[in-house]
Amino acid sequence: MSNYFEIKDLKINFETSEGIKNVIDINELNLHKGETFGIVGESGSGKSVLAMSILRILSSPPALIKSGKIMFKGKNLLELKEKEIQKIRGKEISMIFQDPRSTLNPVFTVGQQIINVIRHNKFLSKKEAEKEALRMIKLVKLPDAKNTLHKYPNELSGGQRQRIIIAIALSCGAELLIADEPTRNLDVTIQAGILKLINELKEELEITVLFIANNVNLVFIVSGRVAVLYKGKIIEIGTSQEIREEPIHPYTRGLLGIVSPAEREIKNLTEANLKEGIKAENSICPYFYECKKRIEICKKISPTLTKVKVNNGHWVSCHRVIDREVDNESTSIGH
Amino acid sequence: MNQPALVIKNLKKYFPVYSGFPPRVKNWIKAVDGVTLNIKKGETLGIVGESGCGKSTLVNTILRLEEPTSGEVALEGQDIFRLNKKEVAKLRKEIQIVFQDPFWSLNPRWLIKDIVGEPLRVHFNLSSGEILSKVEKLLGMVGIPKIALYKYPHEFSGGERQRIAIARALALEPNFVILDEPTSSIDVFSQNQILKLLKKLKEEFNLTYILISHDLSVVKSMADKIAIMYLGKVVEYGPAKKVFESPAHPYTNALFKAIPDANTKDINSIIALEGEVPSAINIPSGCRFHTRCPVAREICHKEEPPVIKLSEEHEAVCFLLKKGERGESWL
Amino acid sequence: MSKKSNYYNILIKRRLETLKEYLYLLKQNKLTFAALIIILFLIVIAIIAPIIVPFPSHIYGAVNPQDKLLSPSWTYLFGTDEMGRDLFSRILYGTRISLLGSLIAVAMGLLIGVPLGLMAGFYGGFIDELVMRIVDMFLSFPPLLLAMAIAAFLGPSLQNAIIALIVSWWPWYTRLIRGQVVSIKEREFVRAARAIGTPSWQIMYKHILPNCISPVIVQASMDLGGIILTLAALSFLGLGAQAPIPEWGLIVNTSRTYFLKAWWYGIFPGMAIFIAVLCFNLLGDGLREVLDPKTKKY
Repeated sequence: MSNYFEIKDLKINFETSEGIKNVIDINELNLHKGETFGIVGESGSGKSVLAMSILRILSSPPALIKSGKIMFKGKNLLELKEKEIQKIRGKEISMIFQDPRSTLNPVFTVGQQIINVIRHNKFLSKKEAEKEALRMIKLVKLPDAKNTLHKYPNELSGGQRQRIIIAIALSCGAELLIADEPTRNLDVTIQAGILKLINELKEELEITVLFIANNVNLVFIVSGRVAVLYKGKIIEIGTSQEIREEPIHPYTRGLLGIVSPAEREIKNLTEANLKEGIKAENSICPYFYECKKRIEICKKISPTLTKVKVNNGHWVSCHRVIDREVDNESTSIGH
Repeated sequence: MNQPALVIKNLKKYFPVYSGFPPRVKNWIKAVDGVTLNIKKGETLGIVGESGCGKSTLVNTILRLEEPTSGEVALEGQDIFRLNKKEVAKLRKEIQIVFQDPFWSLNPRWLIKDIVGEPLRVHFNLSSGEILSKVEKLLGMVGIPKIALYKYPHEFSGGERQRIAIARALALEPNFVILDEPTSSIDVFSQNQILKLLKKLKEEFNLTYILISHDLSVVKSMADKIAIMYLGKVVEYGPAKKVFESPAHPYTNALFKAIPDANTKDINSIIALEGEVPSAINIPSGCRFHTRCPVAREICHKEEPPVIKLSEEHEAVCFLLKKGERGESWL
Repeated sequence: MSKKSNYYNILIKRRLETLKEYLYLLKQNKLTFAALIIILFLIVIAIIAPIIVPFPSHIYGAVNPQDKLLSPSWTYLFGTDEMGRDLFSRILYGTRISLLGSLIAVAMGLLIGVPLGLMAGFYGGFIDELVMRIVDMFLSFPPLLLAMAIAAFLGPSLQNAIIALIVSWWPWYTRLIRGQVVSIKEREFVRAARAIGTPSWQIMYKHILPNCISPVIVQASMDLGGIILTLAALSFLGLGAQAPIPEWGLIVNTSRTYFLKAWWYGIFPGMAIFIAVLCFNLLGDGLREVLDPKTKKY
């Protein structure tokens, strides 16, 4: 079933001026081959750290991968030597980022940049590489491919640049694409085009996509299954449909705009609110301070992922679910 | 009687492009190319548009940070470009702005008390003690505790910084506040808070808002009227409810359909427009949207479309509309 | 307690906190910290030099022919020169001259260069063109050559050498600041200040300057060392301090003739120059580390 891609017991810490902060604490995350898996997380949730840790491009220090495994096709990516992971980057797992302007080198034409990547990873002659580059540009549905090859990044628009980045990422046959906020800086009409492109390419090339964004609606329409990330922990996971129909965790509900009457009041911040965020410890639920539904136990133990219903893939990390009997009836936390 | 408090008449702002030696003006960037809007006191006008539509330039011009190439802007009857120094100072007290980026809109090297107190120091001759009490009061209005006075911006989260920016904007007790993407750089939860706060302040002080946002849920929740901008012109304008229910212009339609919301089923429900936004130097002939319009006709290439009044206050700029009725369904 | 005094107290506390943070970061780098200590030590020496010098009369005049060219001993720690003057006293006193001279040069250079850079960057257009072309002209000369030319033109003396250095150095600061200003003035807090109606000079000095002062501070600290070196070079070439001023470079110059006979003559002033310049360079480097990650927070 799924031993294609698996994250187990991953704990990543960061050295900050205020001590060591835990940034990622994920017990289990599996990807099935060929699916689009979405991760919803706001800034500070650790989603970019997670994405970068897969390809081992975190700078450490200040990041410290304390423990855990990231299994890809049977190999633990965290244990590979630099040379071995180099072979995986680009050829098996590829990544695209949020800002197309800074990912492309302004002094080379986009054609050259694609060709450079191709020739670095495959043994092709210059002519063959150029043909491949042309094919990739057509694949990402850029019009007038021949002329585009010779354009510099600043001659292209934001959406066109992002397509080039996708072309580069997929040029060497990667089968897993990590997309970290690929449409963040793009206009909405262009964003729609990029999302559709990623979807089409996924079907055409039969790749697996890990789609990370902070806009929950975006992630839902693109992904089959979704995990919600909060302060480095997965607090809810399931298919888009399940979570949309029945979001359980108070944070997820907040993201979807389902705001309880209590939350409709304007929060007047107190001194306590302004103090620095707590270093996430295992003795408290990460969402404790924000949660309006918390109970005594939430302060004492960090909840673990529990199944919401038997026989489906919807899991939530909340004590109020653990408390209840898990049965075939819908689990509501009395909203 | 609700007289228009802010009148923008056929405003144009072109930026010259120099080339050659000696440098000569070869071309113009037509950032704002004839915008006419009337805003009534107490209203919230939402301006929606993508990058390159001219909304930032429009805002800069209304604030008098840029001189217009032609056209006029009248605040409560007075042409803001024909003011003497004293009157310009008064203008600053009338109309203020909250920026999009809560990080960089506050000077990172200044203490909060200085940031919020700056407008007071520039315009009034108050003692530091008086300024301090006023600042405390302002922060209180936006729900920020006293202890923030001696802190730096980087010690706050995005939502908190935005509140501070709002406090600063209100220091001079303006009647008009321009909100430039006030919630796009902050997390979802703080967004709600900020919107509620803005609504409350509007009620309390009878403010008029110009709200710029690409987030339709924000515009939906706050705006009375909305104007859709494309490449320097307003292509549709009307009461928010009406425009959302039945968008008339093809671009408005495409814009609304491109944004996923809680009801979007899947990826096939969102619409992507072909092509890219043309450069503001080379504005397409005829209707400037014709290069990407899914229903463009012959005439759209050749002539600029007229303003069609669809109802009392709802109008759009498109050939395919007839007076009083919507054209065919677009997409 | 009145509101005003309360306000001052908290303000001072806050400023002190920030200072403590900086010092803590500075201490992290052992080398930089050592350099800082040595520089403080040199400053103390410079201040109390007239008091602690063993042979005050030897600083300028007092020829003492019977003790000429003696190698280092307990009486004459660094030996004596050809006029029998104690080199230790002279070099110790020279600290004053070098440090004071470089401080004046750097301070004046900043006083001229920074406002020009601010104005050029902020106003742009014609002012920018004018200032930057003048800066370009100055910067096309190798600094030492330029200083030499000016010093030669004005006539060789310590004061003129310092003037020459000020004239050669200010353009660096202008260029450094102007680049920063151009990017900072697009920042939203500057737009905000303009929308509030803040007058331009306030925007330049209160908003923009605090945000671009870091690289200038780093450069200025390194320049303190660089100027000591260039001042010494000018004196070495005869264009700076003239006898009998105990400027380090001049002492090195005079030592040339007696190089083979009296090794101590050139080595000690040379080492003094070396230590001072090295420490300022290290300090500048360390400051760059300290000021950078802090700005990264922004």
